[in-house]
Parts: sequence; structure tokens; C-alpha cells
Amino acid sequence: MKILSPADKKKNTVCNLIMFAALIAVLIYIDATSLSVDMIVKVLQKGCVYAIVVVSMNLLNGFTGLFSLGQAGFMLIGAYMYSVFSVDNASREMVYSFSGKPVINFQLPIIVAIILAGLAAALFSFLIGLPVLKLKSDYLAIATLGFAEILRTIIQWDKFGRVTNGSFPISQLNTFKARLADTAFAKMSFVIPFFIVAVICIGIITLMIHSTYGRAFKAIRDDEVAAEAMGINLAKHKMISFVTSSFFAGIGGALYAVFVGSTNAAPFTSALTYEILLIVVIGGIGSITGSILASFLYIASQEWWLRGLDSGTFMGITSPIFRNGFRLVVFSVIIMIFVLFFRNGIMGDREFSSLGIYRAIKNLPGKIAGKFKKSKAEVQE
Amino acid sequence: MDYLLAGISVGGQYALIAIGYTMVYGILRLINFAHGDIFMVAGLIMVYATTAMPLYLSIPFVLLVTVIIGVTIERVAYKPLRSAPRMSVMISAIGVSYTLQNIALYATGGLAKVYPTIPFLSNTVKIFGATTKWVTVITPVLTIALVLGLVAIIKFTKIGIAMRAVSKDFETSQLMGVKINRVISMTFVIGSFLAAVGSILYFSNYPSVVPTSGSMPGLKSFVAAVFGGIGSIPGAVVGAFIIGICENLIRAVSIGGVSLTPFSDAFTFALLIVILCVKPSGLFGEKVTDKV
Repeated sequence: MKILSPADKKKNTVCNLIMFAALIAVLIYIDATSLSVDMIVKVLQKGCVYAIVVVSMNLLNGFTGLFSLGQAGFMLIGAYMYSVFSVDNASREMVYSFSGKPVINFQLPIIVAIILAGLAAALFSFLIGLPVLKLKSDYLAIATLGFAEILRTIIQWDKFGRVTNGSFPISQLNTFKARLADTAFAKMSFVIPFFIVAVICIGIITLMIHSTYGRAFKAIRDDEVAAEAMGINLAKHKMISFVTSSFFAGIGGALYAVFVGSTNAAPFTSALTYEILLIVVIGGIGSITGSILASFLYIASQEWWLRGLDSGTFMGITSPIFRNGFRLVVFSVIIMIFVLFFRNGIMGDREFSSLGIYRAIKNLPGKIAGKFKKSKAEVQE
Repeated sequence: MDYLLAGISVGGQYALIAIGYTMVYGILRLINFAHGDIFMVAGLIMVYATTAMPLYLSIPFVLLVTVIIGVTIERVAYKPLRSAPRMSVMISAIGVSYTLQNIALYATGGLAKVYPTIPFLSNTVKIFGATTKWVTVITPVLTIALVLGLVAIIKFTKIGIAMRAVSKDFETSQLMGVKINRVISMTFVIGSFLAAVGSILYFSNYPSVVPTSGSMPGLKSFVAAVFGGIGSIPGAVVGAFIIGICENLIRAVSIGGVSLTPFSDAFTFALLIVILCVKPSGLFGEKVTDKV
């Protein structure tokens, strides 16, 4: 983290204000034109959920250098912990009708349930971390992946049906929607709670990365042996990073359950972990703002911008090859291009700042002029 | 007995896939996440091939096309990243896996494709009082034959010697005049070929192929490779047989009237974690120490 000079600080504040104003303007414009508001709301909500999980994975993989693939498992715990305590009282019997009398007969406030979800994931990650964190790189990855798969099987076991509803989904969850539907900005306001949770979570992770712990994490990532020689307790710091990351993955999982409105073990497979890892890398390993940016872009292009490829017409072109599934083919090709040609991701390990953009724009004419000069010089040679 | 036979057979199929993982890892230090999907694609090609041509043509066709796909993937997705950090290559592999699944989803329209019955393999046979398909009996035999062939290639041919050199030390062997790209392509040829054979054997036991049907066997074969010590071919084969047998035997066990069948997948991973905790580099893995 660079320390800004007072003049830069002032500029930075101004730039931040301009960006913020621009964002608000876009939101108002969207609200006014109501250009597929439902889709935007969905994208922003899912983007918030993914941003939390992606940043939590970046803390582990990008800042601590622990290659762990257990994120989906911790999301699963979070989602279930939240769901079990949030089934609507009136319809609980109906939801559990295949599994017998539910064990948990009460409903907790959303925030309490979400925090509980994070704590449950953290507890599990502590237990898993005890044996697993001694392993190195790829072995750690496959062991955490294995734990995630084991958790998935255990949660679907019908003997736990009275708590987890076996392999049936837990539906009729308590969500933010009912309470906020009548406020101003009607539909856009669905996003606000997601946004608040995401900001809090990512804020805490950022603070952590800038603390002494964060510096210790980076030291471990850069060279384990050297870090140990400098007096950093490897086991302790790895565990802190692992548990924190899982805590926020758990919260992300809970928020995912809020977003979908029901919980089922099916989406939390290793494919989900791969997807999250993909977003981490697209955003740039070791860049928090990159992760956030990448999650929103990823979700928006997956769910929204390429939608036309499935339904037959895309950017005014109609073609018979645009049928169901083509969107994902194009999407994965885009990802491959990204992975092959932008190997450091959108942000590399730098952070996004509005000052940086201002400078880039300011320097742009100079750069273009420089290019021209260079080509002229080459011609003369 | 039924379970043991099924286990040996599944173990053989896992072994064929696991070799692909372990060889690529040995040479490129890359977890080839796309390998399970190559296996699935081989299954799908078989489905399409049998509708267009007779069986004795379609099997070689499937083997050939799978090999071509495997090498193409290496050329397009891994070769440009040879000097990039390991993480980028791994992400590229995840991207390829995602792409293959999506293309398969698009091609099949999301429907499960019925796998063709191969006359000889699907016939039933009785051994030791257990009724089973021929494929169950043939798999372990074929696996062992192929593995012996592979070991012979690696031990005695020039390309095999090159492979061993590259897996020992990538840079030095390059300096010694080993044509790295040829060796790597050859690795993918062998890996994809074995995956295609494994896919024919594996799907003969199952009614249909869906785009995600590669991920579970792929993951388990990878577990088998890690179990045996990733990078080691005998390790992968032994690991695959152990895992195949264990996950089938666990289906027969019940503790206090509670059947453990739902836990056969979980048990595989539990076994892996236990082994890794006792012996962090797998059964036959080389011990790596950090140097400052």
C-alpha cells in the first residue's frame, strides 16, 4: 500500500467523489428507464455474493499463498447453517415433509443466522485445518477439495434429514425481500442489504491484509522458509488465514442462500470452487479490487450480457446456431482468451483507484503521441 | 464377491485415467483439470461415432479423435503459458475443462446420450458364482497389459528416456538437447489414449453420458494419482486399484444396520486425507525438501 502525499490525497478524494457521482447517475438512469431492472438486481445481488467469496479465496490463495480448494465446502456449511435457522415458521412442516419432524423449530433474525453461518464454517475450517495445513501446495489443494466433497455427502445423508432435509432442498427461506419491498427505489433496494454485507466483509478482509497479520501472510506467500526465519509462526498464521477465509466463505454461502431463496447441496460442487478460483485469477491474484471487479463482470456477462446468444438474437444478429447453451460456449471461449492473453488478470496485484484512472486518462494523449513518435522514428530508420 | 469384482474393474478404469494425470504432472507440474472432461468427450464421441459407422471402425476412430483433442488442447491452452507461473497454467486447465463441458452441453442440448452397447463387452459372464459383464473381467487384464506396455516404452525407447529426463529436471534436459515439445505432446498422446480406452470400458457399465459425467471419475482418478504419489506411474496404478476396491467394498459394509453406501465417494476422500497426513507425498511419491 502506497502512502499518498497530501496533494494526491486531495486529488484522490475528488476522483472518488466523481466516480461515486457517476455510479449514482448510472443507477438513477437505469431506474428511470427501467431497462430490465430485474436482471440488474439479480446480477448485482449475485455479484455481491461472489465478491465476498472471491475476496475470501484471494485472501487465502493470493495473499497467504495457500492453494486451497475447499471454498465450496465452507459455502455449503454457511448456506445450510443459515437455511436451517431461517425456514419460514408457517411452512416448516411442509418443507420437511419428506424427512420427518424438523429438529430446529424456531427462526432466527437474518443477521444472526448469517453470522452463525460464518462461525460454523470457521469452526469446521479450524478442525479441517489442524491436519491439513501441514500439507504443501497441490496436496493441500486436493485434501481441502476432498473435505468439501465429504461435507457434501454428509449433509445429504438421510439420517440428518430432520436437520438438513437430506437431499431435498430447504425452501421458504426468510430473505430481505419482504421487508424492503415498499421502500423508495423499490426494486433496486433489494440490492442494498447484499451490498452492505459485502462492503462490511470485504472491508474487514482489507483491514486484515493491511495489518501486521496481512504482512505476515504476504511474507509466508513470498517465502515460507524466510518468513519462519524472521520469527513468523507459520502454523498460527496459516490457520488464522484459513479460518478467516472460511468464515467469509460461510457468510458468502449464507448470502447465496438468501439470494436463491432455498438451499440444496447440488450447486456446491468442486465446479463452484473452480469457478471462484477462475474469478480470482481473472481479477488478479493478490488484488482485492480486482477480485470485486472480476466478480461483477463475470456474473454480468454470464447471466446478462450474453443472454441473447441463448434466445436467438444477439446484438441484432439472428442465427440458428444461437440456441440453448451457446451463451456458455462463447463465455468459456472468452474466459480462455482472457486466461491466455491476460495472464495477470485485470488488475495484476495492483489495486484499483480512481486516482489511477485519472492518471491513466491524463497520460493517455502522451502515450499515444509517444507511440506515434516511436513509429515515425522507426520509419526514418 | 460382486463388490470385489466391481472394485477391481473400476480400479482398472481409474488407473487408466490416473496415468494421464500423473504423467502430465510429472513433466509439467500441472494438475490437468481438463483430463476428466477429455474422458467424458471420448464417451460422447463414441455415442456419435457408433451412429455413423460400424463398431470396429468407431473404436479406433474414438481413440484417434481423443488423442487429437488432447494434443490440440496442449498446443492451444498450455504451450503459450510454458513460461508463465504455475497458477496460470492450472487456471487455463480449469478454463479448458469448463469449455469442454459447455461445448458438450451445447452439442447434446443437455440431454443424456445413451451409450451404445458393445456386443462382446456387455455380455454377461459367471465367475466364482458372481454374475457380471465381460467388461468387468477384461478391464483389469487390459489395464495391466497397457501399463506394462507403457512401462516398456518409458524404460526402453528413446522418447521414454527423454520423458524420464524431463520429469527429473525440465531445464537441464532442455539444455541437453531433449526436444521438450515433442516429449510433452507424446505425454498428452499417451494420456488421452489411455483416457479414451478407460472411457470405453467405464461407460460400458453405465447407461448414458452427460456433460458432467467426466468430473467425478476424473476427480477420483486424480485422487488415486495423488494417493499413489503424484508423478509416479506405478503409484497411480496401485492407488487407483486400492481406491476402486475400497469404494466398492464400503458399499457392502453396514454398521449397526446403517448402510454406508452413500459414503462410498466420501470414503475415497477420507482415505486420501488419512494417507496424506501420514505420508504427505503419497505412497510412492518423492520427498521434496525446501531449499533456501
